[in-house]
Amino acid sequence: MNTAVIKQWGWRNTLGVYLREAGFQFWGLVRMPGYALPTLLFPTMFYVFFGLIFNHGNGGSAATYMLATFGTFGIMAPSLFGFGVGVAMEREHGILALKRVSPMPPMAYFFAKTAMAMLFALIVVLLLFVLGALFGGVRLPHMEWFTLLLTLIIGTIPFCALGLAVGLHAGGQSSPAIVNLIYLPMSILSGLWVPLQLFPHWLQDFALTLPAYHLAQIGLSVIHMGDGSHFTVHLIYLLVFTAICLRFAQLGWRHIQDR
Amino acid sequence: MPQHNGSPASIAALMEVGKRYGKLTAVDKLSLDVRQGEILALLGPNGAGKTTSVNLLLGLAQPTTGKVELFGHSPREVAVRRRIGVMLQNAQLGGHARLHEVVGLYSGYYPNPLPPAEVLRTAGLEGLENRPVVKLSGGQKQRLMFALAICGNPELLFLDEPTVGLDVESRRGFWASIRRLREQGRTIVLTTHYLEEADALADRIVVINRGHIVATGTSAEIKSSVAQRHIRCVTRLNAAQIQVLPGVTSVIPDGERLDIIVAQPESLLRELLSLDHTLHDLEVSGAKLEEAFLALTDKHVE
Repeated sequence: MNTAVIKQWGWRNTLGVYLREAGFQFWGLVRMPGYALPTLLFPTMFYVFFGLIFNHGNGGSAATYMLATFGTFGIMAPSLFGFGVGVAMEREHGILALKRVSPMPPMAYFFAKTAMAMLFALIVVLLLFVLGALFGGVRLPHMEWFTLLLTLIIGTIPFCALGLAVGLHAGGQSSPAIVNLIYLPMSILSGLWVPLQLFPHWLQDFALTLPAYHLAQIGLSVIHMGDGSHFTVHLIYLLVFTAICLRFAQLGWRHIQDR
Repeated sequence: MPQHNGSPASIAALMEVGKRYGKLTAVDKLSLDVRQGEILALLGPNGAGKTTSVNLLLGLAQPTTGKVELFGHSPREVAVRRRIGVMLQNAQLGGHARLHEVVGLYSGYYPNPLPPAEVLRTAGLEGLENRPVVKLSGGQKQRLMFALAICGNPELLFLDEPTVGLDVESRRGFWASIRRLREQGRTIVLTTHYLEEADALADRIVVINRGHIVATGTSAEIKSSVAQRHIRCVTRLNAAQIQVLPGVTSVIPDGERLDIIVAQPESLLRELLSLDHTLHDLEVSGAKLEEAFLALTDKHVE
């Protein structure tokens, strides 16, 4: 056996594993039209319809408002599908088992998935920004562009946690349906497509339970279009929501380990 | 590498391991040693507990009772996982990544991986480096799984049903690769339900049935443990007359000859020759592994 030169494992090697894992995921997703196209196309298409075409000529206020709501819609897909469907599929296909018996640090796998969700979120949000600025008359101070972008990118975390909880429990075949059942109704009921004010009161109250609503509210308050509710309330809600999802994910992971 | 006391060091072990899934007992008080440098085959029918045993050895399953050790440690330790390579039976590779990218990714998990060219050569994947994994044939995917198992330069290799679904030629190629890996000093644990595979490759065979070990030994030892011999001969005696003689398990006509399976061939031969002086075309042979296997696994059918 080739044991003449035994190399020691250092932090550089670990860093390399993290980066290669992320790179591998990236090329896998980019080459999969079933992922990349809907993830990037649907939010931009809906933004063009609802934000730019239907609401043309109100000085860009609708286009600005919807930058935050469709931005939230846009960052949900890569998080929910990347984790929810990705993990469920890889679990069902034994890929996760293969990685678990390898010396790969498990966090490298989750890091790669999170990095991909954030990267695709970044691309979607930048696409929306460009469309809004060029065709929707959206004008914001540099700082607000930047904080909105940052809010939406960091805002992927609760949805990554939700996706992970789904992915570690659901079967590979049923996971796309489950994720779609979360993604689309939550988007509509959180007021991402149509402002909540147009909803009956009980539906407006129901929105308070949804993470997408709270992220959108933070996004709106960043660009001074919020409903006056307090930023910290939304933040606390999202932190608690993330913690609950991670707890469910942890239970799923333990169940897999203890099989 | 045998040690001075004659028995090579044990590098992996299940110690009185039991595994229950709800009411189902997959393996029960199973003890087994993997010795350095050997090819050990876990042989048994489907559902016997082979894959469960391998999953327990790998730390993919947590034992309900008993203890598992790889290189003296828990199989879940990273230091242990750097020394092993695994081919899982149920893993399905897919995706749009190219073959060399997958091999590169997995090689990167290990401190001293084999050079990619050597991995691809050993696995018989040369020339397919740039092919997307989704476009590989079933056999090629199987070879890629094998490549991922060996890419980390493992001391101990687990192959769970490595040749299932392969044609005869590919299977022989696989066997040759596995033998070469053993010649390099690697230890190999192989599960199979192909007797021929265990017979052709294994230094030791552990026969598992219904979660229990029913026999352990070399292929020859297992064959002789069921103590059956074939006597083939042309005789005027008919099958019914022979069937009633002591120790006869079965009598099957085989063309002109009769094929008699018996525990004590010597005494039966004396008897046969005294009963029939014309007896000719006599041939005595050991049982095949398949018969031993069937005898061993049948015993435990309640």
